[in-house]
Amino acid sequence: MSLITPDFGLIVWMTLIFGIVFFILAKWGFPMITDSVAKRADRINDSIRMAKEAEERLKNLAEEQNKLIEQTKAEQSRILKKAAESRDAMIENAKAQAHDEAAKILAKAQTEISAEKESALRDIRRQVALLSVGVAEKVLRKELSDENEQRELVNKFVDEMTSADKELLKN
Amino acid sequence: MKKLLTLILAILLPMTALPAQDAAADSAAGTSFDMNEYLYGHVRDAYEWHITTVDGKAISIPLPVIVRSKATGWHIFSSKRLEDREYEGFYVAPQSSKYADKVVERGADGTEVRPLDFSVTKNVCGLLINSALLLFIVLGTAKWYRKHDAVEEVPKGGVGLMEMLVSAIEDDVIKESVGEEYKKYSPYLLTAFFFIFLNNLMGIVPFFPGGANVTGNIAVTFVLAMFTFFIVNVFGNKQYWKDILWPEVPTWLKVPVPLMPAIEIIGIFTKPFSLMVRLFANMLAGHFMILGVVAVIFLTAHMGAALNAGLGIVSVLLGVFMDCLELLVAFIQAYVFTMLSAVFIGLSRPKPETDKTTK
Repeated sequence: MSLITPDFGLIVWMTLIFGIVFFILAKWGFPMITDSVAKRADRINDSIRMAKEAEERLKNLAEEQNKLIEQTKAEQSRILKKAAESRDAMIENAKAQAHDEAAKILAKAQTEISAEKESALRDIRRQVALLSVGVAEKVLRKELSDENEQRELVNKFVDEMTSADKELLKN
Repeated sequence: MKKLLTLILAILLPMTALPAQDAAADSAAGTSFDMNEYLYGHVRDAYEWHITTVDGKAISIPLPVIVRSKATGWHIFSSKRLEDREYEGFYVAPQSSKYADKVVERGADGTEVRPLDFSVTKNVCGLLINSALLLFIVLGTAKWYRKHDAVEEVPKGGVGLMEMLVSAIEDDVIKESVGEEYKKYSPYLLTAFFFIFLNNLMGIVPFFPGGANVTGNIAVTFVLAMFTFFIVNVFGNKQYWKDILWPEVPTWLKVPVPLMPAIEIIGIFTKPFSLMVRLFANMLAGHFMILGVVAVIFLTAHMGAALNAGLGIVSVLLGVFMDCLELLVAFIQAYVFTMLSAVFIGLSRPKPETDKTTK
């Protein structure tokens, strides 16, 4: 049999055999294998993608956490500052109030003191007046025994009075 | 890896010796060593499957001869009946005839007439055995996926090896060369690859059920190339035919003499032709090389023991090398056939848009 002339019988057999093998393998052989492998490849790719996403999310979470901590810190310092401010204000307020109160008390005390002083002075004056009236009585009683002296005294008083009036007028 | 190498060598070493034993038996029968008969006898198709010759007596597996004579109709008989004689008017034509080594019928006027010959020859038998083996391997692999959840499990052993090969061919060859619509063509290309690969491998095995020079037979590669030819041209899209009949070249190349279309049309046929010849020639040459190296032993048989032994050792070592090379070639040729088929299919489905953008 020549090597380079295709034999008709063999061509027919080969077509038949290869056709059948192709049909069987294309129906039940290779698609099963390739599909399964493709499915697994998809699964692996999905897994990798999901892992990446999870990593990303974790990173975001950490960032969010940091942000939250920073926010909290800011809030904390703000509250502390406010507290200090209000404390200072309160102290200031209290001080002012205390001052006012003290001033009021002082003023009251002063008025009371002056009132006391007034009444004390009035008392003293009365006593002095009584005393001087008494003294004057005693003095008068002794002096009026003499007529001249009485006249003299009256004159003297009158003079005094007039001078006092004049002074009053002058003023 | 080392284990694998040892295994390969363990298989190959006896292989190289077997044709030797075969031929040695021939020469022991007293006949002088016939190089032509030795070489062609091992690579050509035959009506029986010759295994070895012991004491000048050929031991072979008889195969059915199926012929249809124009005069007497269908005849089916064992090839044993054709050994050195005529049976029902049929006989194997002598070397001098133009139908040398083929079954012919003696016509009424004494001339040789070639009947329609559908005999299950050595190659057909080899094809059947190899195809059964291929079906067993691939369907066995597919069965694993049917029984297991491939998403959760990864196969080991033989199934794992098949998965690796299938994935490698699909990902590196088919997807790359065919393009987006690769899924439709993937079963054919994978079948072609494993069919050729397995037949190539079985061709290297020197004894039954291997040793039939299937992929080194032009009828077999012709059918494979024709499959690719039909798939390329039947499923080729509009753009493909436009590129052939009215390609984007200066008008004077198309009218009045359709130079480019003519070249393109010839190209339709040269592509599968090259596929056919490449596989056929490579496998045939591989067989010839191994046989030639082994033949050194018999050619030097009468040149004295020392020379024969020395060259015998060289021949065995070279034979081992050639067999290893053939293992590589078996894979490469299957790979190349698949890749080129995939490329031709990819070329038959060009995208019209890309053409317009480049213009």
